[in-house]
Amino acid sequence: MGAQKKKDAARVPEDLSRQRLQAIVIADSFTTRFRPLTLERPKVLLPLVNIPMIDYTLAWLESAGIDEIFVFCCAHSLQLIDHLKKSQWCSLVRTIVSHKSTSVGDALRYIYEQQHTETSQIQGDFVLVSGDTVSNMPLAELIREHRERKKRDEKAIMTMVIKKQSSRLRIGSDQLFVAVDPLTKQLLYYNEGGEVCLDKSLVMDTSVLVCNDVQDCYIDICSPEVLSLFEDNFDYQHLRRHFVKGLLVDDIMGYKIFTHEAHSSCYASRIDNLRSYDTVSKDIIQRWTYPYVPDISFSGNRPLKLGRRGMYRASDAVQSRSADIGASTVIGYGTRIGDGGKIFNSVIGNGCSVGSNVVIQGSYIWNNVTIEDGCEIRNAIVCDGVKIRAGAVLLPGVVLSFNVVVGRDFVVPAYSKVSLLQQEIKEDSDEELECADSSKGTADLLSDVNNLQMESKASELGPDGAGYIWEVCDSVHDEEWWKHSIVPIPMDKLADITQVMDDDDIEDESVVPPRGELKSDNDSISTDANDPNDDDYCYFQREVRETFLRAVEEDNNVDHVTPLINSLRFSYNMASADCAGAIFYSMMRLAIDTPHSSTSELYRNATSIINKSKGLLGFYVKQIDEQIEVIMKFEEMCEETAELVPLFAQIVHFLYDKDVVQEDAILRWGEEKAGADESDKVYLNQCEAFIQWLKEASEEEEDEEDEEDS
Amino acid sequence: MPDVQSMVAEFVNKLRKRKIEGSQATAKCTVELLRSVISHQRVPHANQAAALIDAVKAVGQQLVAANPVELAVGNVVRRVLHIIREEDLSLTTAAMAGLDLLDASDDDDIDNCKGIGYPAMSAAVVAAAARSTLRPPSLQTLLEGTPESATVPYTSSSGADSESKTADKSSLTRKLKHDVIEGVNQLIHEISGCHEQIAEQAIEHIHQNEVILTLGSSRTVLEFLCAAKEKKRSFRVFVAEGAPRYQGHLLAKELVARGLQTTVITDSAVFAMISRVNMVIIGAHAVMANGGVIGPVGVNMAALAAKKHAVPFVVLAGSHKLCPLYPHNPEVLLNELRSPSELLDFGEFSDCLDFGAGSGSLQVVNPTFDYVPPNLVSLFITDTGGHNPSYMYRLIADYYSADDLVM
Repeated sequence: MGAQKKKDAARVPEDLSRQRLQAIVIADSFTTRFRPLTLERPKVLLPLVNIPMIDYTLAWLESAGIDEIFVFCCAHSLQLIDHLKKSQWCSLVRTIVSHKSTSVGDALRYIYEQQHTETSQIQGDFVLVSGDTVSNMPLAELIREHRERKKRDEKAIMTMVIKKQSSRLRIGSDQLFVAVDPLTKQLLYYNEGGEVCLDKSLVMDTSVLVCNDVQDCYIDICSPEVLSLFEDNFDYQHLRRHFVKGLLVDDIMGYKIFTHEAHSSCYASRIDNLRSYDTVSKDIIQRWTYPYVPDISFSGNRPLKLGRRGMYRASDAVQSRSADIGASTVIGYGTRIGDGGKIFNSVIGNGCSVGSNVVIQGSYIWNNVTIEDGCEIRNAIVCDGVKIRAGAVLLPGVVLSFNVVVGRDFVVPAYSKVSLLQQEIKEDSDEELECADSSKGTADLLSDVNNLQMESKASELGPDGAGYIWEVCDSVHDEEWWKHSIVPIPMDKLADITQVMDDDDIEDESVVPPRGELKSDNDSISTDANDPNDDDYCYFQREVRETFLRAVEEDNNVDHVTPLINSLRFSYNMASADCAGAIFYSMMRLAIDTPHSSTSELYRNATSIINKSKGLLGFYVKQIDEQIEVIMKFEEMCEETAELVPLFAQIVHFLYDKDVVQEDAILRWGEEKAGADESDKVYLNQCEAFIQWLKEASEEEEDEEDEEDS
Repeated sequence: MPDVQSMVAEFVNKLRKRKIEGSQATAKCTVELLRSVISHQRVPHANQAAALIDAVKAVGQQLVAANPVELAVGNVVRRVLHIIREEDLSLTTAAMAGLDLLDASDDDDIDNCKGIGYPAMSAAVVAAAARSTLRPPSLQTLLEGTPESATVPYTSSSGADSESKTADKSSLTRKLKHDVIEGVNQLIHEISGCHEQIAEQAIEHIHQNEVILTLGSSRTVLEFLCAAKEKKRSFRVFVAEGAPRYQGHLLAKELVARGLQTTVITDSAVFAMISRVNMVIIGAHAVMANGGVIGPVGVNMAALAAKKHAVPFVVLAGSHKLCPLYPHNPEVLLNELRSPSELLDFGEFSDCLDFGAGSGSLQVVNPTFDYVPPNLVSLFITDTGGHNPSYMYRLIADYYSADDLVM
């Protein structure tokens, strides 16, 4: 009781200080999507309609009534600090610099550590956003809501803003799937991209609102506990993938996350790839972000004049009479446009000079760019100081980084990224490079590059050009390169996607409409959450796999691994057969993931792994049921991975040889499958010979036994 | 000084972020800010008026740049500048007159003048007081208001010679500043009282059993209609809702609460209803020097409909809405395009806005204001009475100095 009182007493001053609103802006995305641009300038300083991205975020936070903003800088921190010092927010903003952080998790942990060393840090609830958020959403209501909820329920530590959004392709993000309690707005399930598996326990006793037409704005109202949670769970890196999912799964601490659906009249979006850069720019030009639009000086920027048809123009921009400037264009200060130019849907920065007969369409030209006569630029991003010599053509999707020179009449291939810096060969060095304070390093690199250019004039960009063409789609998934470029989605791809979507709709129409409320007594849940323990099993399997991999790496013997897996088994309440399945799954995945050139090599990998850890597997496959589970699991895996299909019979045989699977199990499996559909029988047919042989062998044995008996 | 700086910065910020809405609120904030600028401004001995003018101008330029569309800011700044010039002029003329008198008279009055102190009303204050009464300005006040009259050694107020005796520099400084602040206070009073002044005239314009049409929401219009209602006039009001912000709904709510017979119609029904209407009454955002009006979007349509059916189109405007500028391309340059989300739901229409996905793309234009050319306006009712559109330039010359038109 005494403690309780103390706590209450302590809360009074806390309540007073709570009136002060704080925000943490993570001014680094910790991704490489904006490479090579982010090698030379932090992402949040990249101009968005001629104004650095972070200015939108800060202007919004300021007008939403935030009293103190902590900006967390990582890459290129000097540039960022410099910018903030010169901006009108210098009194409002405090910077936190850490070069070692490689993720949001690291950043928050660093802030948490700093809290003890410095005075006046995070005192109460705070707003957590990334430095590339563009929004005009009022926050006061949201924060009040969060605080009231927090007062009622200590465990409600985070409010996440979601927003209705019909088209996912607009900003090139993955499919988001959330389940929310319709009354309390508590977040029950969160999944971005990938498979959706709902836990049936979610829908057991309450109704659940399931939505797949929302967009996560990455605007969170957090309580201070969030920071300490990051500190406690040192492996949390990503705010959504680790933290949110971690909290949702963890029912020991019982922390809850709530959602707030932003009113549809406000705008909120994040720029995390080039496609969203393009869409958000267009939304700004279309004034959805009002009052953060180019003709209002919201960040100390010089306001542009807005003319008819959405043309923003600086008062001193010079334009030839014969130039044709179309709708939705922005032309910055000191820019000159020559005769006969055609400019549509584009943004041109300050101090650019555009020659005559230039065509610019759907492109973003930043500051001090020189474009000589007769160039053609479509759907490209052209950074500061670039020179494009006469007659050069940029095909759609090109990104020219800082100070690149494109040679005369050179055609830059579509979707290529060009930089003065060479692309690093090693993927691993990415993080170090971005996180190192590269102002110096880059400068050195740049001077080297310049020297190099001096020496050998010829380059990849024509005889008088300068710059290296980066290989397309390095880290991004190969099939998704078009999704994250600023080019309109190619028609064929679009057709594919809509096809897929329509198919989905037809299949799922009865099950998952864009959003629907699932009542506990409704039958539809059974189809949706088809396997009661599916979700749990997924996690279990993943954990088993991780444990197994660790064991293999460290060469642990069976005795060390079995207790670990046993404890997992009990915490997830799994049968021994499930363990067997999961272990076998881990083994085969390891085999598949080990580099191999042919199926025979794959087979060799698989057999060696089975050999190594058959003891572990053997521990769980003492019963026939468990052995059958292993075979079934193997079947499942074959469906997922086509590579395994031809090996099915061989591996089953191998398992038999190694006494992992007994003949009874194989025969029983064969009997079970005999009644199945033709499509299901593929594997059975493969094994037919083997099963036949087994049968004969056993008959012989029986005969022998009979003979012996008699 | 720093607190004034921060106040200016704060107000500029508010203007930029479009946090203040409505010309009256803006005008009031502006004039209060300028008053504190003046009272904090340290005045040098020589040429105090110029120092004050520079200070006010500097602040004024910032404010106007922060939101060039809100014309009330510029108007008020010009009004304050005008007050300073007037006061300066009246003091110097008084001083000149006093010097002339000093030679002739004896020094008996020195004690006397100290006793009198401040009550002497300066020329501008008298002029403003004259204006605020309901008569149109008399020839005399007009003469006082114009700079030409200043050259005549003419002293208007009773305390002229007592002032002149204390033509000592420091007291003159104090006097100028004091008078200016007095004048600014008068202006504040005038701005906050403009609703009542305008509403007082309601009875002369609204008659029994009439049907009045209005569009959007304006506090001036509300007070005007209610004043007529209080005087036992019974009439009906049609309120066009004023899409997309639907401020007409708010007005209708207020009107009903005050017991008026109110009908809400859509904006597009204005033409259909106009034949039943006896008078259109509109609150203006700004009145330009040519007599053109900037008002809520849709007003031009209502004015054209009124013209077609020869229905009087009456515009209510407080004197702070009179702008000394002539409109050039007002549909674009004096307009504010607000967020399209007031028209459409972003979530639902985001598909159509996708430039990448389809062949066409959706553009949404949401202008805030409309420009009504002067020939469509029948009458302006300001706090000084009713005026013709063609008389506006004259009224403006009364309120503003020609030197301040370009800031």
